[in-house]
Amino acid sequence: MTQKTYSHQFSCGLTLVAEEMDWLESAAFALLVPAGCAYEPADKLGLGNLTCEMAQRGAGERDSRQFLSDLENLGADSSASVSIAHTSVGGAMPAESLPAVLSIYADLMQRPHLPEDQLEDARLGVLQEVRSIEDDLAQKLMLGLRQRHYADPWGRNPQGTIETVASLTMADVRRHWQQLYSPRGAILSVAGKIDWPALRDQVAALFGDWKAAPATKLQETPPPRRYQHVQVESSQTHIGLALDGVSYSQEDYFQLRGAVGVLSDGMSSRLFTEVREKRGLVYTVYAMCHSLKDRGSILAYAGTTAERAQETLDVMTAEIRKLYEGVTKDELDRLKGRIKRALIIQQESSPSRAGSIALDWYYLARIRPLTELRQIIDNLTADGINAWLAANAPRDLTVCTVGPEPLEWKE
Amino acid sequence: MQFRHHKLANGLEIVAEIAPNAYSSAYAFFVRTGARDENDQISGVSHFLEHMVFKGSAKRSAADVNRDLDDLSSSSNAYTSEEQTVYYATTLPEDQEPLVELLSDMMRPVLRQEDFETEKQVILEEIAKYDDQPPYGAHEKSMAAFFGAHPLGRSVLGTVESVGELARDQMLGYFEQRYSPRNMVLAAAGNIDWENLIRQAERHCGPWQAFDAPRIKADVIPHEAFQVIHKPQAVQQYVVQVAGAPAAEDDDRYAARLLATIVGDDTGSRLFWELVDSGLAEYAAIGAHEFQHAGIYLTYLSCSPENAAENMARVRDLLAEVETGGITPAELLQAQNKICAHIVLQSERPTSRMFAVGNGWIQRQQYKTVREAVAAYREVTLDDIAAVLKKYPFSRPATVAVGPLEQLAEP
Repeated sequence: MTQKTYSHQFSCGLTLVAEEMDWLESAAFALLVPAGCAYEPADKLGLGNLTCEMAQRGAGERDSRQFLSDLENLGADSSASVSIAHTSVGGAMPAESLPAVLSIYADLMQRPHLPEDQLEDARLGVLQEVRSIEDDLAQKLMLGLRQRHYADPWGRNPQGTIETVASLTMADVRRHWQQLYSPRGAILSVAGKIDWPALRDQVAALFGDWKAAPATKLQETPPPRRYQHVQVESSQTHIGLALDGVSYSQEDYFQLRGAVGVLSDGMSSRLFTEVREKRGLVYTVYAMCHSLKDRGSILAYAGTTAERAQETLDVMTAEIRKLYEGVTKDELDRLKGRIKRALIIQQESSPSRAGSIALDWYYLARIRPLTELRQIIDNLTADGINAWLAANAPRDLTVCTVGPEPLEWKE
Repeated sequence: MQFRHHKLANGLEIVAEIAPNAYSSAYAFFVRTGARDENDQISGVSHFLEHMVFKGSAKRSAADVNRDLDDLSSSSNAYTSEEQTVYYATTLPEDQEPLVELLSDMMRPVLRQEDFETEKQVILEEIAKYDDQPPYGAHEKSMAAFFGAHPLGRSVLGTVESVGELARDQMLGYFEQRYSPRNMVLAAAGNIDWENLIRQAERHCGPWQAFDAPRIKADVIPHEAFQVIHKPQAVQQYVVQVAGAPAAEDDDRYAARLLATIVGDDTGSRLFWELVDSGLAEYAAIGAHEFQHAGIYLTYLSCSPENAAENMARVRDLLAEVETGGITPAELLQAQNKICAHIVLQSERPTSRMFAVGNGWIQRQQYKTVREAVAAYREVTLDDIAAVLKKYPFSRPATVAVGPLEQLAEP
C-alpha cells in the first residue's frame, strides 16, 4: 500500500502537511504555533499558558460558550496546550466536521476576543494548575529534572510559578498573542479521510491572510546539572536521571533510540527486568528519548519507597552505564519487531498520524515516509549502535530526587 | 463487521467482532473476578494474582512470558477492577496463533514462591505510589462509605497489611475458585481468523477444568456519609462523591451517561462552566460507572482548600437544580452528538472494539454493533432522563474530602 502524503507552504509562512487515510471515517488535525514557553519573557513565566486559556474564551463570531458547544456538536474531541516550543491545538472528529472545526480554530488563532472581564477567571484556572503539580510528585520531579538539565529557556515549565502568573496583565496577554500567534514556522497537519485539493484551498482561505510577526530571539543560560534533592514528606522517593542524547532531527537519532529501546521498551527490557522483575524495587521505572529541535536527552524515572531508594538509584545508574558497553543482536531484533508492528498499527489512528507528520515537519522539514522509517529500523545493527554508544559516553549527568531523604550520588 | 460467538464444552465463551480489512487484531481474556469477590483475609488478591499471571506457567518462566509478549505483540497489559480482571494484547493478524497460545498458557499460572515474594514488593510499591498521589485514597474511601458492607465497597489494591500477610497458597485457593472457564470470556476484534481461533481455544483452553464460580449479587443499600481526612502535605483539596446510578444490565444506563455528560463532563458541562471555566476549581467532573447489579455516579473535585467549602455548596446547588428543573433539549442533543462521535472515532481501533465486545459479553452476555450503540444514545428522550433523575437522585451521596483542611463543613 502506498502512503499518500502532501505538503504546501503558504506565503504567510504556514505549512500545511497532510496524510490521506481513506479507509478511515475520521479526520484529525494538529496546529503547532511556535509560541511555547521558551519564548516568554523570563519574568513572565506562564504567560503562554494564560494566553492559550484566554484565546479559548471566544473568537470570531463566537463567545466562549458558543465556541465549545459548536465543537462538541461537531463531534470534535479537541484540546489545546503549551509545550516548551509550541502552543498547540488539535483534535479528532468525524471527517465531515473537519472544515467547520478548522474554521473555528482559524478564528482562535487570528481573531481571539481575549476578553478582559475573564482575565481573572483564566488566571485562577492557570494558578490551579501550578498548585496541582505540587501534589503530583512524579511530574514535579520530571519538570525539575528537565529544568536542571536544559536550563533556561529549554528547561522551562509551561505552568510558570504562582508569583509570575499572579503578575501577568491583560497587556502581556495581548502582546504575547500579537508577537507569537504567528504563521511564521507554524505547522498545520491533517490526517484521515481527506480530499487534498479541497483541504489546501480551504486552508488557504482560512489562514492565507494570517499576519506574520517578527522572529523572536532566545537567550540561553548554562545548565546547573549534577544532583538536586527536594525534601517532601512522602511514602515514595521519586528518582530522575537525565543525560545528553540526540534530537529526532539529527542523523544518528535512531542509534540512540535503539539503545534506549533495549533499555526500556517493553517488559523484557533491561530496566524493567533488573529494577522491577528481579528485585521488586518499583512499580514504575522507565527511560525515554526526549527531543528538542537541536538537542536531545535520555530521561529516566523510578518511584520507590524511601528505604529502597538508594538501591534503586544504584541499579538504574549501573544499567545506564552498562548500556554504553553495548546491546546484543537478540535485544535489538525484539525491539525492531515491536517498532515495526507499532508503525503498521499506527495507520488505524488519524490522531497518531497527524501528530507524527507534524513532528516530522518540525524536526526534519519534510514528511519521513513510513517506508524510509522501516528501512532505517531494518538497517540498525547492534555493531552500529555499539559504535555510537562507545563514541558518545555520557557525561554531565543530572540527577534529581523528590522524597523524605536525599540519596548519595557519586559523580 | 461480523459478530461471532462460540462456547467450549467446559463453558469458556469466545466472542469476536471481525473486521477483515483491519491492520491489527486485539485479544483478551476477561475473568469475572475482582475485589468484590474477595474477603478481608485476602483483600487485594485479585490484583496481586493479575501480576502473578505474568510470572509464568508450567512451561514458561516469568522472563519467558515477558520476552514472548514483547516478541508477539505491539502492546499488552492487564487490569483489575472491582469485578473484572482483564489480560489483553494487540498485534498483527499473522501473529494470532502464537499470541493466543501465549495468553492461554498465561491463564494457568504456577505461582512460584520466589516470584510471589518479589512481586509482593512491587504491589507494596504500587500501594505506596497511590498513597502519595491525588486523591490520596479518597476514591476507595468514598466507595467503601457508599457501599457499606456490600462487596463493591472493597479496595482493589488491598492494604499494606492484607497484601503483606497474603500467602501463596491463599492465592492458589482463590485462583482455583475463580479462574474457571465458565467464568471467563476470550474476546477478539479486528482482523481475526475465527475458525482458527476456535481451534486454538479448543486445543489450549479445552482441557481446563470447569467448576462454578458464583458471585454474590446482593442489593446495594446506599449509605450517605461525609468524611474529612487530613493530609497536611497536600496543596490542593480533593473531594470524591459516590451516588447510586443504573447497573450494567439496566437500559437506563444510556440516559445516566448522557446525564453525567450534560451535568459533569470535564468540558462543556454545567459543572465545567460553574467551577472550571471560572477558575474556582482545577478539575470538576461527574462520570457514570456500571457494575453487575449496581451502578454509581462518581463526582470528582479538586481545588484550592480555601475554595473547597464554597465549591461543594455550588456542586450541591447545581445538582439540586438539575433534579428539580431537569435539562434542556439543546443540552441533550449536544451530549448525544459528543458521545456518538466519540463511539464512532473509537471504533476505528480494534483494541477499543475488543474492550467494548468483551465488556458487553462478560457483564451482560450482549453484543451491540457500533450502529446499535449509537442508536441507544440517540433514542434517549428528555422523559427518560427525568425518569433516571427521579430513580437515582444525585443528592444522597457518600462524600470523602482529603487535603490540607482539618475540618470542612458538610454543605
